[in-house]
Amino acid sequence: MEIPKSFLGYKRENGRAGTRNHVIILPVDDISNACAEAVANNIKGTMALPHSYGRLQFGADLELHFRTMIGTGSNPNVAAVIVIGIEPKWTKKIVDGIAKTGKPVEGFHIERTGDIGTVMKASKKAQEYVMWASEKQREECPMSDLWISVKCGESDTTSGLAANPTVGNLMDKLEPMGVHLCFGETSELTGAEKVCATRGATKEASEKFMKTWSSYNDFILKEATDDLSESQPTAGNIAGGLTTIEEKAFGNFQKIGNCKFVDVLEPAEEPKKGKGLYFMDTSSAAAECVTLQAAAGFNIHLFPTGQGNIVGNPIEPVIKLTANPLTVKGMGEHIDCDVSKILSREMNMSEAGDELIKTTMRVANGRLTCAEALGHKEFVMTKLYRSA
Amino acid sequence: MTTDIIIHDEKDNVGVVVIDKITPNQDCSCWIMENDKTIKIQSINEIQLGHKIAMIDLNEGDTILKYGHDIGKVVKSIKKGEHVHVHNVKTKKW
Repeated sequence: MEIPKSFLGYKRENGRAGTRNHVIILPVDDISNACAEAVANNIKGTMALPHSYGRLQFGADLELHFRTMIGTGSNPNVAAVIVIGIEPKWTKKIVDGIAKTGKPVEGFHIERTGDIGTVMKASKKAQEYVMWASEKQREECPMSDLWISVKCGESDTTSGLAANPTVGNLMDKLEPMGVHLCFGETSELTGAEKVCATRGATKEASEKFMKTWSSYNDFILKEATDDLSESQPTAGNIAGGLTTIEEKAFGNFQKIGNCKFVDVLEPAEEPKKGKGLYFMDTSSAAAECVTLQAAAGFNIHLFPTGQGNIVGNPIEPVIKLTANPLTVKGMGEHIDCDVSKILSREMNMSEAGDELIKTTMRVANGRLTCAEALGHKEFVMTKLYRSA
Repeated sequence: MTTDIIIHDEKDNVGVVVIDKITPNQDCSCWIMENDKTIKIQSINEIQLGHKIAMIDLNEGDTILKYGHDIGKVVKSIKKGEHVHVHNVKTKKW
């Protein structure tokens, strides 16, 4: 198959391109969720992104909170942003961070005004933004404007056999087009960590990966309960035939094909070394991982599943693929791309990779994903430690 | 002919069932992805889609190889054709 050279995206002020055109209402903290949701309810076509944190955090944990907030607002899938927080200072910090992209952004704080007054002021601005954004048109953008993140979930042995290598095949085909790529799931590379380290493009990248993995593993060993309380592998993984974390890790690792990673990113850190594959230090929990990748600027996500994970993200479309015929049969409304014919050998890996590229292009051009149609908008902050 | 079991790598000592299930004493056809060879095995247990079968006899302490790599240790001896899972294999990690 000839690889497409372009897609239809929304060009942004900072030179990036979006696959979506959202106007978001971003609460700085948990107690501003109600206000943000009221604004989104008032002004049709806007979307609130409620979450659970943003108060009394400090140090690296607070930095990650800001990075996630600013990154989410800055993502090219977002046309304009209303930021609402309880206090002016942190609200302004997020507004200023997003404003660097050049996109419309305005902040509102609730103290001294109350919810109702804030909802009124913010709603007027949100209406202006959404009507402005509604006139934006999709334009032809080079493939290099695609930033593709990947993460697998509810994996089983069919993930490692077929769905994950399909993503790997896509990576091998699209990497030469100059796309940005990102994989994460630090804990789920346990058992395959030494093999993964050899895939660093430089000695520096390999060493940074081992340092990142070791630090996460030390934390897990410190907190570990017997068999990690059925978390790695999960009960779903085991039901699907996965026996150990090592088996899961080698399956997981198939997603990067033959690509080498150019750098290791902090959670939600924007890649700065140009095109190619990046590893991001993330949890292996689906919503946390995708939220961090979206905050780093990735504009389309590929999510291979075995037993049927249903995750979505509010701003980054999440494309699901599976090779498990039982999952296609039982929960087909969640599956954008069916590659189960690999198991019956009616489809080879290259054909499956081509199918996934076609699906990815359709979604990049505007087709809703299953998760979008079903209303999956999981926005989950990663919390590093307890608040003060 | 249908493929009942897929094996990632020639070095692997387990394969993955890729049909709904295999039944006891079934003569199964196994496809090795790495070298495109087909081999045969007779099953001992019923094994569901996605679950593993032992391609050789394995003793306690032996290493399970899949993707050509170490994915855990045998904790209870396993006969060729038997179901391989959490009851007879454990992680070496945590």
